[in-house]
Amino acid sequence: MRRYISAYFEDEENLLRAAKDLREKNISIQDVLTPFPVHGLDHALGYKRSNLPTVAFICGAIGLAVAFGFQTWAFVVDYPLFIGGKPHFAIPSFIPITFEVTVLFAAFGMASAFFIVSKLGPGANNVIHDERITDDHFVIIVDLDEQGNQDENVKSILLNEEAQNIQIKEIES
Amino acid sequence: MDNNYTFSRKTRTFLMALGGIGIVLMLLGYFIESPNGQRLWTNFLINNLYFLFIALFGVVFQALHKIAYSGWHTSLQRIPEAMSAFLPISAVLMFLLYFGMHDIYHWSHENLHDPILEGKAAYLNIPFFFIRMAIYFAGWIGLGYLLRKNSLHQDLSTDVKYYKKGKLLAALFMVFFAISSSTMSWDWLMSIDAHWFSTLYGWFVFIGLFVSGIACIILMISFLKSQGKLEFINKEHIHDMGKYLFAFSIFWMYLWFSQYLLIWYSHIPEETAYFAPRLNDHTILFFTILVMNFLIPFLGLMTRNSKRNLKWLSFMAVIVLVGQWLNIYLLVIPGTIGKAAQIGIVEIGFVCLFLGGFLYVVFASLAKAPLLSKNDPLLEESFHYET
Repeated sequence: MRRYISAYFEDEENLLRAAKDLREKNISIQDVLTPFPVHGLDHALGYKRSNLPTVAFICGAIGLAVAFGFQTWAFVVDYPLFIGGKPHFAIPSFIPITFEVTVLFAAFGMASAFFIVSKLGPGANNVIHDERITDDHFVIIVDLDEQGNQDENVKSILLNEEAQNIQIKEIES
Repeated sequence: MDNNYTFSRKTRTFLMALGGIGIVLMLLGYFIESPNGQRLWTNFLINNLYFLFIALFGVVFQALHKIAYSGWHTSLQRIPEAMSAFLPISAVLMFLLYFGMHDIYHWSHENLHDPILEGKAAYLNIPFFFIRMAIYFAGWIGLGYLLRKNSLHQDLSTDVKYYKKGKLLAALFMVFFAISSSTMSWDWLMSIDAHWFSTLYGWFVFIGLFVSGIACIILMISFLKSQGKLEFINKEHIHDMGKYLFAFSIFWMYLWFSQYLLIWYSHIPEETAYFAPRLNDHTILFFTILVMNFLIPFLGLMTRNSKRNLKWLSFMAVIVLVGQWLNIYLLVIPGTIGKAAQIGIVEIGFVCLFLGGFLYVVFASLAKAPLLSKNDPLLEESFHYET
């Protein structure tokens, strides 16, 4: 069992300030949930830029090699056919398919990497702290066990920034 | 903070020297390489088109962002405005083409006894060619001038009517440019190979224009920043210019390939006649253009940091600008000079002269107005811009 504190805000400005306050006092934030993207939140939470572009590039490069290699093998080595008087190794005709497969691999690679890194997707065990969190409320969630005995401290910081509602829950992890 | 650019004596002398070197090289080339009239007129056309495209993009850039309700570009719009100042000079030079018509355009000869060209005579004849040219330039220069004037008026008044008028002018220009950009590419470039045609050609030329214009704006920002100006243009704006260069390099390649693939597939002699001399007689140039205009900017500007680094971005912009010049070169020469064409002293001389003249006009225009426009309702957005 782990104990979580969740604070509900009605305004993204308060949320941003609360996030900054918590980070200044070295209290790590488990998660922030918002109904729409909040400008500057990544920065306030100190998130580093994601490595997703690198994943996309590598997957795309693999897709390119696979598509080009397979077509070359199929049309040149395995089953050469004369099509319209073109050479077997007809690069221009390979390019559209190579392009599409590159995009496909990059897209699938990115989506899978995203699911794996953020522990989403089928079979994932996701904790729902409150039904309203993605409707109209901004929520900050702090893992209390991680912080040591700082319950009152965390609470007072959050209340200071006009949190509408603060709940402490115990959740099976 | 001083927001005025002064066209310093040093820059002035440098540009005049560049033009002077151009003239010396042209004379030198004239005696060493003894080029014929055709080679001179071809060079004239290539360079005039190249710098006309960049100047024209100055107006396109303003119009495009105005009708798209864009806010981020407002702090840098004086640069494209200044670029468009070269348009009138380009127009005068283009009309000189009257004396070189026969050296470049095969269809301009009389009594050709060519059924294909006779069929096209209603469009491709000398009077109509120059009437069209006059219409294009009247539209581009007129609307470009009105946009510039409107922007200068806006500096003096907080009235929102200038903003609205700018939008109207931008919309008018876009409609005019949509048609004229296509027809100008048929007139000046596609009709060199008058038997051949491609429906994609206008688009292809337009995207070349777009890419070289973006590269030119990037270099202008880079130059002005090195002079300690433009402190209101931050990394975010540069990032956006980088994205433009990256995206439109890809789009340029996309259109190039769309045209090539269909012709390669169908393999009809009338159509392949266009690519055969380019691929067989100028093989190295043919592939160099693809590497410079697509492969290098594609790989070089892929990451976020590379787009935000102005030095690196400027380096890429230089490569693309050279690549686009070579692209226009290869669009023109196989239909005029043909196999014998090579880049020699004359070519370099022409480029130096045109480049010096173009930059002189642009910087002189840039010095006439503050580098930061005022009173645009979207200007505040531009300062706080974040991608």
